Amino acid sequence: MAPLLQLSGVSKRYGGVQANAGIDLRVDAGTIHAILGENGAGKSTLMKLIYGVERPDEGQVFWQGQAVALSSPSDARRLGIGMVFQHFSLFETLSVVQNMALIVPGSKAELATRIRDLGAAFGLSVDPQAMVHSLSVGERQRVEIIRCLLLNPKLLILDEPTSVLPPQSVALLFDTLRALRAKGMAILFISHKLEEIRELCDCATILRQGRVTARLDPRQGTAHDLATLMIGRPMPPPVHPTPHGLGEERLALTALSFANEDPFGVSLKDVSLSVRGGEILGIAGISGNGQQELAALISGEIALKSSASSVTLMSHPVGDLGAAARRKRGLAFVPEDRLGRGAVPDMSLADNALLTAHSRGLVQNGFINRKAERAFTAECITRFDVRTAGPQAEAGSLSGGNLQKFIMGREMMLNPSVLLVAQPTWGVDIGAASEIRQRLVAMRNAGAAIVVISEEIDELFEICDRLQVLHKGHLSPSLDVAATSVEQIGTYMIGAAA
Amino acid sequence: MKITFERRAALSRPVLFAAPVIALSLAMLTSLILFAALGKPAGQALYSLLLEPFVGWYNISEVLLKMGPLMLIAQGLAIGFRANVFNIGAEGQLIIGALCASALPVYFPEGSSPLMLPAMIAMGALGGAAWAGIAAGLRVRFNANEILVTLMLTLIATQVLNYLLLGPWKDPHGFNFPQSVTFPDAALLPILLTGTRVNISLLAALLVSALAYVMMRHRFSGYQLLVGGLAPRAARYAGFTEARAVWVSLLLGGLMAGLAGACEVAGPLGQLQRSVSTGYGYSAIIVAYLGGLNPLGIVVSAFLMAALFIGGDNAMVSADLPVAAVFVFQGLLLVFYLASLTFIRHRVILNWTRRA
Amino acid sequence: MTILAFILAGTLAAATPLLLAALGELITERAGVLNLGIEGMMALGAAVGFVVTYNTHAPVLGFAAAALAGLALSLVFAMLALGFMANQVAAGLAIGVLGLGLSSLIGKPLESQTLDAPAKLAIPLLADLPVIGALFEQDLVVFLTLALAVVIWAVLNHSKLGLIIRAVGENPSAARALGFRVLRIRLAAVAFGGAMAGMAGAYASTIYTPLWADGMIAGRGWIAVALVVFGTWAAGRIVFGALLFGALSLGGLIAQAAGVALPSQLLASLPYGVTILMLAVISSNRRRMRLNTVASLGQPFAG
Repeated sequence: MAPLLQLSGVSKRYGGVQANAGIDLRVDAGTIHAILGENGAGKSTLMKLIYGVERPDEGQVFWQGQAVALSSPSDARRLGIGMVFQHFSLFETLSVVQNMALIVPGSKAELATRIRDLGAAFGLSVDPQAMVHSLSVGERQRVEIIRCLLLNPKLLILDEPTSVLPPQSVALLFDTLRALRAKGMAILFISHKLEEIRELCDCATILRQGRVTARLDPRQGTAHDLATLMIGRPMPPPVHPTPHGLGEERLALTALSFANEDPFGVSLKDVSLSVRGGEILGIAGISGNGQQELAALISGEIALKSSASSVTLMSHPVGDLGAAARRKRGLAFVPEDRLGRGAVPDMSLADNALLTAHSRGLVQNGFINRKAERAFTAECITRFDVRTAGPQAEAGSLSGGNLQKFIMGREMMLNPSVLLVAQPTWGVDIGAASEIRQRLVAMRNAGAAIVVISEEIDELFEICDRLQVLHKGHLSPSLDVAATSVEQIGTYMIGAAA
Repeated sequence: MKITFERRAALSRPVLFAAPVIALSLAMLTSLILFAALGKPAGQALYSLLLEPFVGWYNISEVLLKMGPLMLIAQGLAIGFRANVFNIGAEGQLIIGALCASALPVYFPEGSSPLMLPAMIAMGALGGAAWAGIAAGLRVRFNANEILVTLMLTLIATQVLNYLLLGPWKDPHGFNFPQSVTFPDAALLPILLTGTRVNISLLAALLVSALAYVMMRHRFSGYQLLVGGLAPRAARYAGFTEARAVWVSLLLGGLMAGLAGACEVAGPLGQLQRSVSTGYGYSAIIVAYLGGLNPLGIVVSAFLMAALFIGGDNAMVSADLPVAAVFVFQGLLLVFYLASLTFIRHRVILNWTRRA
Repeated sequence: MTILAFILAGTLAAATPLLLAALGELITERAGVLNLGIEGMMALGAAVGFVVTYNTHAPVLGFAAAALAGLALSLVFAMLALGFMANQVAAGLAIGVLGLGLSSLIGKPLESQTLDAPAKLAIPLLADLPVIGALFEQDLVVFLTLALAVVIWAVLNHSKLGLIIRAVGENPSAARALGFRVLRIRLAAVAFGGAMAGMAGAYASTIYTPLWADGMIAGRGWIAVALVVFGTWAAGRIVFGALLFGALSLGGLIAQAAGVALPSQLLASLPYGVTILMLAVISSNRRRMRLNTVASLGQPFAG
């Protein structure tokens, strides 16, 4: 029998970057097929080609043995391909059922009934009338999956679906996917998490730098084997900091509450934390539970005029101060979004150094000292191994990992007393991610107080001394990494802990 | 065939300089066709618009005269545009500046104090800044869109001007024309080039251009505004406040426009009249963009636009073109410039493969 | 007719050009595009509509030509803003200047010429009511514009087309990922806005004040842009805002009715002053603005 989907020799270039090169792929009905690769390996591009968002430069796509040319996602949907995007393709100002009606035919009443029925059948309950902006990240994923299922697809593509789920919900999602497989559906499961793939998938195609490096049954090999195939060399070893003496308290939030005036944002309630010199505090939790608000409240991008004492830096109340004033008091911050926030894409690296390092002698009497600016930037590039043409290269021309190393380096060169880092390894390749983690631990050992906000539980367990979990604007009590478990953190992530 | 734009790794310098030239050529070509279609002598019109301003010392001096206010206003506006603060009401700020400056000679028509002129200039600049400051305050405090507010303030300023010229400030011996008394000598700017109407405000405009260059190129305060324009979230991240950017942009823009207004009444007009508002405030927007929002570029584009104004006056006579033709030409110029601007940031990819 | 009746009737007529232009801009902005060139498109529509009606004596042709003229100018905007990804504020200003210039150029030969005002339609029974009866005796375009407001409300809130427009305006990347052709939808929305602005101009020059005077649009295009903000991107609230401004533009009549003598310049400034005031009041409610603002408004979108 012909495979459900077959790709032969598919290639795609974006400008100078070969995102996919000569990819062959075969997906059969009734299987869960993993596409494994690290950030930048070309997984998302491949999925866009299969779903018709982009068109291949070369190569052929066959559907049930027939050559097809997918010129748009609606073509793909007509054939029976559905896709759940990593950053959902949902519209916040529309209701759940309106989001469905965009691509699914039928009256709103019919759709609402079918949404409820499907939800009951596959454990994906969601209120059809709810506005999407009021839903949690997990609920939004359900909406995306249901929207696909309403079209009765033969092939369902899921792009990094578990990154938005706490550990317990991952198991539920896998149950749903297995149930769909049992009904004969094929599933393309994209992930960079090795254990998940070994647990769920029947076969795996591994991508590296846009090429297929292996096709195998993931249940046969160890996670170590998969990792080697994925990054082309053995996985870098974890860093695991050793315990050592702590300094004085550097940053504290005391019963901080924040009523968000943005209706699409999250309000924080009664959040408390304390970090001392020489330790790393991890803030675990799925993004969208108040992570952005928490980071902005610590950084000073959001200042609370009325409660200065709810945030203290070196025991000084700073809650009412802006970002610049808090930086002067020894805070540095690496935000989760690099382009447009941590760096100005259209400016050179040198001008981007100036963004926060202006107090390091780069500005004198209000004049920019270009020489000092270049020297600082050059040092940052060398010390933090930023691969770039030089200080005059535009920030927007750097890869995700290199730009992150640059921003991390800039902030670390400020010798901050407190360093706040949000999602340090989002979209960063494994080599750079490992370097970044090592740097954070080295800074901790040198006595800095560090707060890491991250979705990656493994990462937090690797580098943190203590963890707190953020869920729906509430922050859990502090848990010692040595004395807690992924399961316990997971319980807090779904708000189920006592 | 499929046409796509691909982002360049860095700005293309050659295109940066070529863009205004290309825009000018295309605008010329289009207006040539347009004027011909309207049954006007197109060749004569273009000659009058583009070449005649440079024929003869008198024409050149008139170009320099008009260049001053355009340059002044455009320098102020460009700073705001780069910070993403869009003051499009410079015309109103110019009118208010002219009004404030005129108050002194209107109430002291026989005044001869040497302080009169400096006081007028200061009042004009501050008046313009205050008028723009209304928009800044409303934006910072109430989040009101500065584009709409500055524009509405311009429409109101025009009415204020009309009210004063038709009523309390009308020259009692002026045969009922809507204009003020003619100003005494102490209220007039010294002439820079003898035998012409060019006054020392041109020097002020050049000085302001130099200051704007230093600010945007070498001062940290200018850098902060640039960051706010290119990436507002990065500015917030670094702690450069938006409120400050709004205030600085609008106040500087208003100050320059007000100054230009004062220099008009104390310069070539010598009295307050309706023609103080001839659209410099709007044309300066185009001057700012054509100059690439760059202080040095604006010096060049202001000269070009001033020539266009003089050329427009000539064309009215020689080619029977209405004054509106100048605005059409300006609009075309900006349209083509904005289109060519894309190629500074992007290269064009022509994909000849058929669409699958 | 009493002066009150006159004011009521006049309010609707004065509101009509504002409403036509604002409804067009509403669709444009809902799709995520900020076209600030309304003033220029209205001015061009006014001139073209006047010239065509003057020469053909067929108001329908005048309106059609004005719609085409506005549409053509909006396509220039679309070329810059959508095709070349230019700054939308600058692109809007560019076509604004161009439209005003073209308007003067085209209207010049007919300066101070007049047209016959078209006949009014009276709705049977309603038009016979005392005082408010005047509301129901209007030209056809007034009724059609109000009907169009209802249609636009229904499309935006209760049709798949409306969902698509809103989706494209909120999150163009997600809309593209679902297979919607973002630029084509935006192009259509811009063109619709252009045609509406052109007709708004034609109404002003051929029906409301059927006399050609250069610069007759006098900021109404900008007020229409402001109306979309006041109405926080909802058709119903925009109708309300347009009526308010219609009434304000009759300030002279109202003042006369109230027996107050005010300088005409003050009355002429009134709509502009109220625009500023309303902008401040509406915009200061940040929560409401955030809930209703079109998320991608004014941002260029590649591919």
